[in-house]
Amino acid sequence: MDRIKFDAWVGIFVALGLIALMGLAMKVGNLTSNDIKTTYQITANFENIGGLKPRAPVKSAGVVVGRVDSIVFDTTIYEAIVTLSIDERYVFPKDTFANIYTAGLLGEQYIGLEAGGDSINLQANDKITQTQDAVVLEKLISQFLYNKASEEEEK
Amino acid sequence: MNEDAIVSISNLAFGYADRIIHKRINMDFHRGKVVAIMGGSGCGKTTILRLIGGQIKPHGGEVRVDGKIVHQQSQKGIYDLRRKMGMLFQHGALFSDLSVYENVAFPIREHTNLNESVIKDLVLMKLNAVGLRGAYKLMPTELSGGMARRVALARAIALDPDIIMYDEPFAGLDPISMGVICDLIRSLNDALGATSIIVTHDVAETFAFADYIYFLADGVVAAQGSPDELKKSKLPFVKQFIHSQKDGPVPFHMEANKYADDLGLRQ
Amino acid sequence: MILFFEKIGFSLRQKITRLGAAARLFFSILTYTPENFKRFRLTIKEIYATGVLSLVIIVVSAFFVGMVLGLQGYYTLQKYGSSEAIGVLVALALVRELGPVVTALLFAGRAGTAITAEIGLMKATEQLSAMEMMAVSPIARIVAPRFWAGIITMPLLASIFSMVGVLGGYVVAVPLIGVDEGAFWSQMQANVDFQFDIVNGFIKSLVFGIACTIIALFEGYDAPPTAEGVSRATTRTVVTSSLAVLGLDFILTSFMLTV
Repeated sequence: MDRIKFDAWVGIFVALGLIALMGLAMKVGNLTSNDIKTTYQITANFENIGGLKPRAPVKSAGVVVGRVDSIVFDTTIYEAIVTLSIDERYVFPKDTFANIYTAGLLGEQYIGLEAGGDSINLQANDKITQTQDAVVLEKLISQFLYNKASEEEEK
Repeated sequence: MNEDAIVSISNLAFGYADRIIHKRINMDFHRGKVVAIMGGSGCGKTTILRLIGGQIKPHGGEVRVDGKIVHQQSQKGIYDLRRKMGMLFQHGALFSDLSVYENVAFPIREHTNLNESVIKDLVLMKLNAVGLRGAYKLMPTELSGGMARRVALARAIALDPDIIMYDEPFAGLDPISMGVICDLIRSLNDALGATSIIVTHDVAETFAFADYIYFLADGVVAAQGSPDELKKSKLPFVKQFIHSQKDGPVPFHMEANKYADDLGLRQ
Repeated sequence: MILFFEKIGFSLRQKITRLGAAARLFFSILTYTPENFKRFRLTIKEIYATGVLSLVIIVVSAFFVGMVLGLQGYYTLQKYGSSEAIGVLVALALVRELGPVVTALLFAGRAGTAITAEIGLMKATEQLSAMEMMAVSPIARIVAPRFWAGIITMPLLASIFSMVGVLGGYVVAVPLIGVDEGAFWSQMQANVDFQFDIVNGFIKSLVFGIACTIIALFEGYDAPPTAEGVSRATTRTVVTSSLAVLGLDFILTSFMLTV
């Protein structure tokens, strides 16, 4: 009888633990919301990536379609090479545009893909040629001040 | 070395870090006999049992069990030797989370693959031998000291050992329980054809039923012989021990400074 | 002065000796592992003792910790007008840190002390010696099952703690304070990463499980066989386990955040 009691309680306990773990994965974590399992990789060069980090989301029309895999600096062209892992379900035309956006004014940065009109799609290990750099706030401000100053001079 | 001895100890030396306990001990334990090891408290009687069981290693000399030198055995070899031994610990050392029945069944379950009904018969037989078949359902905490020791004895003989070791089997028992244990030691020894080694300092009980007695003192065997021989012994130590005299070769006072000095009475 | 340094040296040497002894215990447990898995029933009994009996304290404290996180988080986040992020805050705090760490601390207090006291008493009453004399290794029969039970139990308890804590945070945030339910869960899901947060938290609890169980087992096995010895060993189990958990947490976190 003791044995049955132990077994039953331990069984309940282990089941509870596993349910909790599943709950964490499904309800709390993002395992279901974007279960990107099989991906293909494409690269994009940027002159300036701003504050982009590996594992940042890649979005198209606001939908997460992949993640930033790695960011390296290429010393032959002095540009950042960003590798993106894109969900296999989504294909993009060859002339897709890659921008680095900021979520909100001070939020995290992500890559936005804007599909072009080409009939040929991007394949694995292809490169996105049209990119737009991150907006760097300091640059904008200095540009703004500079413009203001030159306007004053003209007057 | 005696061929007939199932356990023989020769030139044994042992000590802990800063204290030498055994200097040079020779003993033989013959098959079928009840042998007692006697001596004052702290003279290393129990240590001898642990040396026989291979729980500690001697610093010199050797202990042979069944012809094999204990401290040279591998872990497995020691375990094989221990299966021939049963040991009754001073306070029984029953497993407190198991019932009396499970305690006695423990060595049987660990070392055999017998099915439950055979185990049950064996356990009840052993419990019957110590007169506690009726207590099989109880937990160790529900037993009196004497009963716990009898259960522990049933557990020690569960696998019909060749050697049964008793560590202070009479300590802290009332006269009735003491008599019961005495009878049990003798009758189990004869029924199983085993050899019993008893560590004790209860003179009267031991002299009544032991076949042979070793006296330990100062790390050596001070005297040995059958109870009758020892009673006639002229050795002062043995006399002091047997007649429980306060002072003798074993002094009442521990070595110390002069009493007057310690009290600050010196001029 | 010399005496002072001598004392330091002596205690250091003692500590290192004990560490070595604990490592030896650990390896001898591992050598008995195949034998232990053949008789898993012993481990199941220990999972009952360490896991099932710790369930109440884990669930209750997790619920309160979650509720407190919800309250505190709300009043801080509200100042920045982002009270919907409360779900993220509660979930991340629990999954990454509080779940594994608080569970381990409670485990050390509840199950660790029980293990130490039990083994210490078995030693004091010569039960371990008796087992050895019956040609049964106490490490195989007593120590190893408790070790594996601890390792299996801890991650499960930590998962339960995190999940119940999130529910506690939910109870405070949504029905009591009135944060939007959809925002609560969706913000949480968008910001809690399975691999980065949940798997790493799981790894932490696994490591804490090994550390706490080994410490409890060693203290019990090494305890002087007296009443005082066992009580001191029990205290040491709590102190050493807690320090080990917090120290290991820092090391693990720094690894996980840099890699």
